[in-house]
Amino acid sequence: MTESPVTVYEPAAANPDAGVAPKTPPRRALGSSPLVLGTIGLLALVLLFEILPRLEILPSQFFPTSSEIGAALIDQLGQPDFWAALLDTIYGWALGLLIAAVAGVVLGIVIGSSHFLRELTASTIEFLRPIPSVALIPLAVLLFGTAIESKLLLVIYASFWPVLIQVLYGVQDVDPVAQDTARAYRFDFWARIRYVTWPTALPYIMTGLRLSAAVALILAVTSELVIGNPGLGNRLAVAQSSGAIEATYALVVVSGILGVIVNLVFRYIERRTLSWHPSQRAEVAL
Amino acid sequence: MAFLRRFGFALGLPLVLFALWWVTSANSTNFYFPPLSLILDSLVAEWFGPRLADDVLPSLMRLAAGYAIAAVVGITLGVLIGTYKRLRDLLEPVLEFFRAIPPPVIVPILMLIFGIENTMKIVVIAFGCMWPILLNTAEGVRAVDSVLSDTARTYRISGAARLRYLILPSASPQMAAGLRQGLSVAIILMVISELFAASDGLGFAIVQAQRSFAIPEMWAGMIMLGLLGFLLSLLFRLVENRWLAWYHGLRRAQRAG
Repeated sequence: MTESPVTVYEPAAANPDAGVAPKTPPRRALGSSPLVLGTIGLLALVLLFEILPRLEILPSQFFPTSSEIGAALIDQLGQPDFWAALLDTIYGWALGLLIAAVAGVVLGIVIGSSHFLRELTASTIEFLRPIPSVALIPLAVLLFGTAIESKLLLVIYASFWPVLIQVLYGVQDVDPVAQDTARAYRFDFWARIRYVTWPTALPYIMTGLRLSAAVALILAVTSELVIGNPGLGNRLAVAQSSGAIEATYALVVVSGILGVIVNLVFRYIERRTLSWHPSQRAEVAL
Repeated sequence: MAFLRRFGFALGLPLVLFALWWVTSANSTNFYFPPLSLILDSLVAEWFGPRLADDVLPSLMRLAAGYAIAAVVGITLGVLIGTYKRLRDLLEPVLEFFRAIPPPVIVPILMLIFGIENTMKIVVIAFGCMWPILLNTAEGVRAVDSVLSDTARTYRISGAARLRYLILPSASPQMAAGLRQGLSVAIILMVISELFAASDGLGFAIVQAQRSFAIPEMWAGMIMLGLLGFLLSLLFRLVENRWLAWYHGLRRAQRAG
């Protein structure tokens, strides 16, 4: 395969936002499988966090042991408030992501389909995109206080851009021959979107969604933490300020697990919706 | 003409939006949305005045320190993890977990450990933006072209030379992607770390303005932060274009051929 370097680098170079590395293709290792080694790695982490604070290599007043964190975690799982907070976080995340995704896909297809609009909006998008979403925090607080709208404002702003940018790339990636063929066969506008643009852009949309999902979670938790909307972040802030350090760590672990689940779910959705796409087939063939 | 056309396209919409904001807010009596002229006055008087040295500079210094630490640690660990498959298998789930933690949630914990001074803020920035750099570097190192890698082995190129002439250049496009992602995370964390407890900094000043209902100042601060994000990403792109000029040229040639 002479073109292998191109395909290898494609995600990083073509998508400025694509930072998430593609999964390592499963390969057979000599001796132990990645699954076993990975489990050992996780266990080692837990063990380190048990031993180091006990030996005071890490000061135990700041670093509770794994068993203490685990106990705090179980304690949290038994509290109805915890589940309410978790639901609040997930609700804000999902609603914000949904709005951002719909807006990003629709605007991306509209802008991307027209050369004129693309040129007209390019500079504005390039300017607005790098504006850190946290810049909106003061405005969100003033306008909405701790109501869910302030969380949504931050989540939507942050997760809108990855989707939009990816859709723009995807729409531009449409094969001109396919486009012309569809035109020659008198496909109308909607049919061209449905049968030509959409399938081409779908892998890009999925990448954008996966990136946005992670960003949206970060912003949802951040807004709870900083603004004080009800949710995991707020619970964490309360735990920290009341000196419940084990609970603080436990909630950090929960947010990490939530992040892992979000990543896994979106990778799964990506693989399912794109099972027909060459990029996914190639992985199976390896 | 072509130049004028490009110029028009690049500035057209921003100018229209700016004019729209100016006109619609001109006689605004809404407390939260003051006239744009007032905001710009405050931007020039405050943010490009005394606050530039008092607040913006300390923020930028912490950003630079945290980002530099993250780049060094992330690239070093990334090269190691990308090179040794066993190590990668061992650490992958752990790294996936750490990457998935929303970086701002570690602020409360780091506040306990490091207090609220510069150290805490730099550690927060470094910790948060290290993961994209690390994981992308590891992926780039892992995906080094096998023909190149075999050729290097055949010529007995190993150790430092191998790192210098094979691994780092091959992985640099991915590294750049990670560094770019890391930069936007770093800016976010720069602001967040100042929201909790601080005596100076951009984030601190903006929130201070908001709490004291100095609304034009708050808007000006938000614009300042936006400008900063924009300029830093522009700067990054300039550096990247120079650094990876060979790579972009290679891609163009491959696409054309």
